[in-house]
Amino acid sequence: MPYAEITADPLDPARLLARVGSSEDGAVLLFLGTVRNHADGRSVSGMQYEGYQEMALEVLRRIAEEASERFSTPNLAVTHRLGALEIGEVSVVVAVSSPHRAEAYGASRYVMEEIKRRLPVWKKEFYVEGAAEWVRGTVPPADGSPAPHSGAGDP
Amino acid sequence: MRVQARFFAAYRELTGASGAEVDLPEGATVADLIDTLREQGPSFSVLPARPAVAVNLEYAPPETELSDGDEVAFIPPVAGG
Repeated sequence: MPYAEITADPLDPARLLARVGSSEDGAVLLFLGTVRNHADGRSVSGMQYEGYQEMALEVLRRIAEEASERFSTPNLAVTHRLGALEIGEVSVVVAVSSPHRAEAYGASRYVMEEIKRRLPVWKKEFYVEGAAEWVRGTVPPADGSPAPHSGAGDP
Repeated sequence: MRVQARFFAAYRELTGASGAEVDLPEGATVADLIDTLREQGPSFSVLPARPAVAVNLEYAPPETELSDGDEVAFIPPVAGG
């Protein structure tokens, strides 16, 4: 069963990694999204993540289930952080294991692409010069459906 | 009937409110709610005419019919990750 969570606590990738892997899996893949210090040529000092928490958890669970089904990777765990993050801090973790690497890469990519498309989370960038702006986002699909060919190609 | 509108991120800042209770006639849709809000005053007229919306935690197109007690969230373009 895939695992999904939304949390305001600092993320520990090892905790997610411990949720995947099995004696049948020869590939274990860990993806971290981190806060970078620049955006469109401006220096960034930090990021504020806001989420519609109850809905974000539902959507993230569904994304994890879709990835598991499409790529036959039940050993999958994803978590997204909310709140104020500093440069270099981890905002998202995707851990997945599979018998061979292709499925793990596909599932991990799928989870990230769908997070970008439809997870109800927003972030405000704070710039070194003092200003702050909401990051221009993606209009989610009106019915919330997954992309027909999201991720690294068809499984 | 009465529904609970919620505003997040940029929409919360635009309207200056995190939510609003709205009375609507029976059979009203998501689109009716948006139009009603936008006509209510300057703080809500800044909302886009057809924003993404979620009804009771699920994305819902404008033609979705609402029921008493529904929670209707206005979802700005998303930027997770």
